[in-house]
Amino acid sequence: MRANIQSIKNILMLTTALAFSLQAHAAVKIENWQTSTGADVYFVENHDLPIIDISINFAAGSARDTEEKAGLSAITRHMMTTGAAGMNEEEISRRMADIGAILGGDHDMDRAGFKLRTLSKLPEREQALDIYSKIIQQPDFPEAILQREKIRIIANLKESATKPDSISSKAFMKAIYGNHPYGFNSEPETVAAIQRADLLQVYQTYYSANNAVIALIGDMSREQAAEIAERLTAALPKAASVPALSAVKLPEQTFEQRIEHPASQSHIVLGYPGVRRGDPDYFPLYVGNYILGGGGFVSRLTHEVREKRGLVYSVYSYFMPMAVEGPFQIGLQTKKEQGEEALKVVRDTLDGFMQKGVTEAELKAAKQNIIGGFPLRLDSNAKILDYLAVIGFYKLPLSYLDDFNKEVDKVTTAQIKDAFNRRINPDNLVTIIVGTAQ
Amino acid sequence: MIFRGLILLVAMLPGLLHAATHEFKLDNGMRIIVQEDHRSPVVVSQVWYRAGSIDEVNGKTGVAHVLEHMMFKGTKEIKPGQFSRIIAAAGGRENAFTGRDYTAYFQQLEKSQLPLSIRLEADRMHNLVLTEEEFAKEIKVVMEERRWRTEDKAQAQVYEQFNAMVYNAHPYGRPIVGWMNDLEHMTAADAREWYKHWYTPNNALLVVVGDVDPQEVYKLAKKHFGPIKSRPVADRKPQREPEQKGERRIVVKAQAELPYILMGFRAPALNDPETDWEPYALELLAGVLDGNASARLNQELVRDSQTAIEAGAGYSMLSRGRQSLFLLEGTPSQGKTVADLETALLQQVEKIKSSGVTAEELQRVKAQVIAADVYKRDSMFYQAMQIGQLETMGYSWKMLDEYQARLEAITPEQVQEVAKKYLVRDALNVAILDPQPIEPKTNKSQVDPHAR
Repeated sequence: MRANIQSIKNILMLTTALAFSLQAHAAVKIENWQTSTGADVYFVENHDLPIIDISINFAAGSARDTEEKAGLSAITRHMMTTGAAGMNEEEISRRMADIGAILGGDHDMDRAGFKLRTLSKLPEREQALDIYSKIIQQPDFPEAILQREKIRIIANLKESATKPDSISSKAFMKAIYGNHPYGFNSEPETVAAIQRADLLQVYQTYYSANNAVIALIGDMSREQAAEIAERLTAALPKAASVPALSAVKLPEQTFEQRIEHPASQSHIVLGYPGVRRGDPDYFPLYVGNYILGGGGFVSRLTHEVREKRGLVYSVYSYFMPMAVEGPFQIGLQTKKEQGEEALKVVRDTLDGFMQKGVTEAELKAAKQNIIGGFPLRLDSNAKILDYLAVIGFYKLPLSYLDDFNKEVDKVTTAQIKDAFNRRINPDNLVTIIVGTAQ
Repeated sequence: MIFRGLILLVAMLPGLLHAATHEFKLDNGMRIIVQEDHRSPVVVSQVWYRAGSIDEVNGKTGVAHVLEHMMFKGTKEIKPGQFSRIIAAAGGRENAFTGRDYTAYFQQLEKSQLPLSIRLEADRMHNLVLTEEEFAKEIKVVMEERRWRTEDKAQAQVYEQFNAMVYNAHPYGRPIVGWMNDLEHMTAADAREWYKHWYTPNNALLVVVGDVDPQEVYKLAKKHFGPIKSRPVADRKPQREPEQKGERRIVVKAQAELPYILMGFRAPALNDPETDWEPYALELLAGVLDGNASARLNQELVRDSQTAIEAGAGYSMLSRGRQSLFLLEGTPSQGKTVADLETALLQQVEKIKSSGVTAEELQRVKAQVIAADVYKRDSMFYQAMQIGQLETMGYSWKMLDEYQARLEAITPEQVQEVAKKYLVRDALNVAILDPQPIEPKTNKSQVDPHAR
C-alpha cells in the first residue's frame, strides 16, 4: 500500500541511482548486436527461471527538458503507458494484470525507459510483448488523461514542496548545475505549461530506434531475443541521433543556502558536480568514496558523525555517474540544535580526506569489500538487466563486468587523492541546509 | 541504500516455495531452515529472534529496536564497530531490522564466507557487551531515527496515532521505534534486560538461502550455535484486544500540503492455516480493490471519478499477535475533501457488499499471485524473509506450499461474505490528516556559484 503511493509521487523525481557499477569472473555472457533499425541490443540467455525481463531506454531524460517546461520528458514517458494503439489505460492495465506481467520503467536525467517482466510461457509472453511494443511504438497521448495526470502531478509537487528532503534536493541540484539542464526542477508552473503537442514532439525527436538501447535477460533463445528486439523497434519514429549534452560548468565560488523549515531535523546536503560514465577517474573516485561515505557502517563519515558522536541516523556520500558530470553528494539529517556541529564534523572529515588521502589499510579493506562482494551485484536477473542497460546506454565496453574487479584492484592511494583533488574543489562546495535552529 | 534499523510494518504476501527446503533443530532448541538456490555463488544468512515490539511493556517501548542497534556494539571478542568491518572485508553486506513480531540480523556474502557470518552471529547471541558509553551514543542515533522516520513525516504521524487509537490493550498500539519519551528515559540496563530475556537459542531461528549444502550449514550451525546454553523464555500473555463497540475517529494536524485519510476495519488474522478461509478471502478482496493498476480503487476513484489522486487498500493475514485490519487510504483530488473521499471509499465497500465481485476480477488477482510466486525466485533475500517472518509469527514455512491452492479455492461469494461480515461501521477506525501548510523562507548567501 505504501509502495503504491510512493511510485506515483516519484514520477517526476525518480532518479534511478544504480549509482555504481559492477564487474567479475565472466559470470555473465553478454551478447550484443544491432537491430535492422539501428537499436543496440544486449542479451543474456538464462533458463534457470521461467521469466523474461526486458528494458528499452532512450536518451530522453530530464536533461532534454527546457527550464520552462521542466517535467516534460518524465510526463511523456509516463503518458505512453496510458493509451496505445487504441487501447485505453484500463485495457492496458487489465490485460497486463490478467497475465501477471509487470510493466515498469525509469526516468532520470539521462534516460527514459520501460521495463517488462513476464512469465516466459505462452500465452503470457505473447500478450505482454504485444502491449509493451504498442506502448513503445504507438502511444496515443490521450488529451483527457494528460489533463488529469497534470493535476495529480502538480498536487504531488506541492506536497513535496513542504518536505525537507525534497526541498533540499531541488535546491542542491539548482545550485550545483545552475542553468545546465541537470539543474532543472519540475514546478507546478512548468508542468501546467506542458501540452499534448509537446509530448508528441518529444516522442518524435527522441524515441527513435537509433537512440534506443534494448536489454534482455532470461528464458529465451538468442533467436527469440532478436525477434523481440526487431518487434520493439520496427515502428519507432525516424529521427536524427540525439546530440551530446552540454558541458557542466563547475561552481566558481562557495555557495551556502539556508532555508527555514519547521521540521525537527535539519536536512543538510553538500556537493559538487562529480563524474561521468566511463570517466578515467571513475574507479579512483568510486573506491575513494567507499572509504569516505559510500561504505555504509564502515565509512569515515559514518564513523565520525554517527558512531563516535551519535549525531545522525544516516550520513552518506556518493557519486552518481551520468552522461556528463553527475552529482557528488554528501547528505545527513540531524536535530536542528546540532546541525552546525554535525556540518562542521562533515566538513572536517572531507577536508582531512582531501588533504591527507586514504591509508593503505583503508584501501585494502575497501578493495576486499568491493571485489569480494562482486558476486552479490549479479545474483539476480533483475540486477543484471540494469547493468546491461547501463553498459548499452553509456557505451561501456562489453567486458565492463569482467574488468570491474581488475580496475578496482589497480586503484592506489595516490590516485584517490589526486582524483579527488582534481575533481572536487572543497572551496567551491555547495551547501544546502533546510531547517535551521532559530 | 539501506540503513541499520529498517522497520517493517507490514508482512508480505506469501507464495509457493519450489526449491528444496531443509529443517534442523539443535539440542539447545535453536532451529535452522536452509533453502538451496544454486543460481549464483552467493548466500544470505539471517538470524531471527522471536522478540519484537509486541513483547515490550509500557515505559520501555522501542527497546527491541534499541537492542538491535546495540548488537553491533561489540562482544567479549569483537570491539564496537568491528562486526561491520569484518563482514565488509569479506565482501559482505549486512544489516538488521526490527518489526512488531521479530528482530532479524542478516548478511549477504559470497558463499565461501558463510562460516564467518555464522561464527559472528553465534558470538553476539550470547557474548554481547553493552556498555554505558556506547549506549549513550546509540540512543541518540535512535532518537534521530525516530525524528527522521516519524516526527517529521505527516503520514507516519497519522499511522502512529491511528494504531494508538485502534489498539487499547494490544501492544500493536505502540510504535516499533518507541515513543520519544520512552527513548529519552531508556537506560543501558533496559537494553541488557531485553537481551537477557529474549536472546537465547531456543528463541532464535537461522535461515540460510543460497548456493549451499544443507548438511554443511547444519554442521556449521551446530559447531557455533550448539554450545550456547538456552534459558527458559517467559510466558507471553495473550493481551487480547477487547471488542470494539462503535466507530472511532481522530484528526492529526501535521505539516503537509495535502490531506489524507486512513481507515481500518478490524479483521481477523490467520490463526489456523489448516481451517481458516476468511483471511484468504480478505486478501483477495484487497486485491480486487487495489491489487493491480486496473483494480477498482485506482480505476474508479483515481481515473474515472477523479475523487482521489491516490487511493489504496490493504490487508495482511500474517501476525504473531493475531490481529489485523482491512485498510483503506487515500488523498483527495483538488476541490474534493477527505469527507468526499471517505464517502467514495465506503461506497466501493458497499458496492462489493451488495453486488459482489466478478469471477474475472478474482482470476486477475490470482494470476498476480501465481506470477509473483515465480518472480520471487529471482531474489534469495526475499525468499529468506518469507521463511523467517512466517516462523517467528508462529506459522510454518510449509504453509507456503498450500497458500496458492487455498487462495484458488476462494469463490466470489466468499469474498462478498467477508466484506459483509467485517467491513462494518462499528468496526471502523478513521484517522484524518489535517494539513498545516508551511512557508519555507530562504536565506541565501548573496552569491551565485556560477557567476563570473
